[in-house]
Amino acid sequence: MDLSDGSFVTRARSGDSDAFRSLVERHSRSVFRLAFRMTGNEQDAEDVVQESMLRAYKQLAKFDDRASFGTWLYRIATNCSLDLVRARKRRAQLQGPASGGDGEMENPVALVPSPDPTPERMALSGEVRERLTAALGDLSATERSAFVLRHFEGMCIEDVSRVLGCQAGAAKHSVFRAVQKLRRALEPIVSAAR
Amino acid sequence: MNHLSEEDLILHYYSEEGDALAAEQHLEQCDRCRALYGSLQRVLNVVDSLPVPARDAEYGAAVWRRIEGRLPDRRRRWMWAGSWRWAGAVAAFAALLVVAFLAGRFYPTARQHPAAETLADRQAGQRVLLVAVGDFLERSQMVLIELNNASPAAKLDISAEQERAADLVGENRLYRQTAARTGNAAMAGVLDDLERVLMDISHAPSQMSPADLENLQHRLESAGILFKIRVLGSTVKNQQEPAGSVGRPVGRQKS
Repeated sequence: MDLSDGSFVTRARSGDSDAFRSLVERHSRSVFRLAFRMTGNEQDAEDVVQESMLRAYKQLAKFDDRASFGTWLYRIATNCSLDLVRARKRRAQLQGPASGGDGEMENPVALVPSPDPTPERMALSGEVRERLTAALGDLSATERSAFVLRHFEGMCIEDVSRVLGCQAGAAKHSVFRAVQKLRRALEPIVSAAR
Repeated sequence: MNHLSEEDLILHYYSEEGDALAAEQHLEQCDRCRALYGSLQRVLNVVDSLPVPARDAEYGAAVWRRIEGRLPDRRRRWMWAGSWRWAGAVAAFAALLVVAFLAGRFYPTARQHPAAETLADRQAGQRVLLVAVGDFLERSQMVLIELNNASPAAKLDISAEQERAADLVGENRLYRQTAARTGNAAMAGVLDDLERVLMDISHAPSQMSPADLENLQHRLESAGILFKIRVLGSTVKNQQEPAGSVGRPVGRQKS
């Protein structure tokens, strides 16, 4: 029996929901990792995973069989994350920094970092982690996406530009700007820790 | 000696382009560039250690359970078009009642309300608005999902969906204005986006070619409107719950 993504896509297109379930089960964890790095928020990442899988299901007819399903799904998840991050920034601009009244849409529970003490979490000191989280939060949505795809997902600049739907030069400059901003924000604290 | 720029060093770190051998040789000879490259490596190594919350092997199955009921059934997509006309009229009337109620609550009068009474009015108004908007968002979402999932081989008649969209535009305007008046800028923002999309649909040609439909679907996707509606819907649902229960919306459950 063919257990490749391609064969599952073919079966899912013909209405086999078990086939699509296999794709969801196979790719959800990697999509979650990508979404978390893009959004910086666990609950937002959960939303992105669900929305990406729903969008993928609806758009299966548009999927080009010659492409990789994983890369295609990443593109959808990246766009979902960008939508969410941009919407969140627009909301923050509309509400202003002192907002928190009736119009507040962010759930405060979602803003509390997860307290789970994983080994990695323990290894990274609290101060560095805070500075890193803040520095990533200061990147524009495009800079953050380009950086996550290049740095964490290991995509080449050409692939990053395809996923983001921009020219390779623009993707490259987004990566440059992201790394430069991160270096300026983190260099002092990293040097001091040596 | 021509030093390597920060951009050269970034490209070298990622092995992207340029003459890797020449860059290596330069780094061996140049203390200044080597120090800069070392700093870049240290910073990016720290970035690498950014923790990602763990998800176990059962996570995919949990995601499936959450989305299974939301996957559209293509067979039933156009079945209910006829019954929407009456439903739309009833919903529009209900919206008018809600807005009339809220207008009564918020219309300025000569009498000075005590502060507590004003706060109670505002909270009651918010609750009514949340209930009404939650229902409205679900109906809007159904129209958008049907159009978003359609993949016809030939021309498609979307006049029933246009009729529903046109009804929803009127309701949307009332809710948007009420949200703005009660200080809920975030809700007003999403409803503003939704109104544009609904108007777009109601003004489109009734007979849509596959290419036209694809354009429309692309616009829906670019606007990210379905996503925004779901997020707003979840938030509204959450806010309707009694104070003190900090339950998360269904779409945000942890596995």
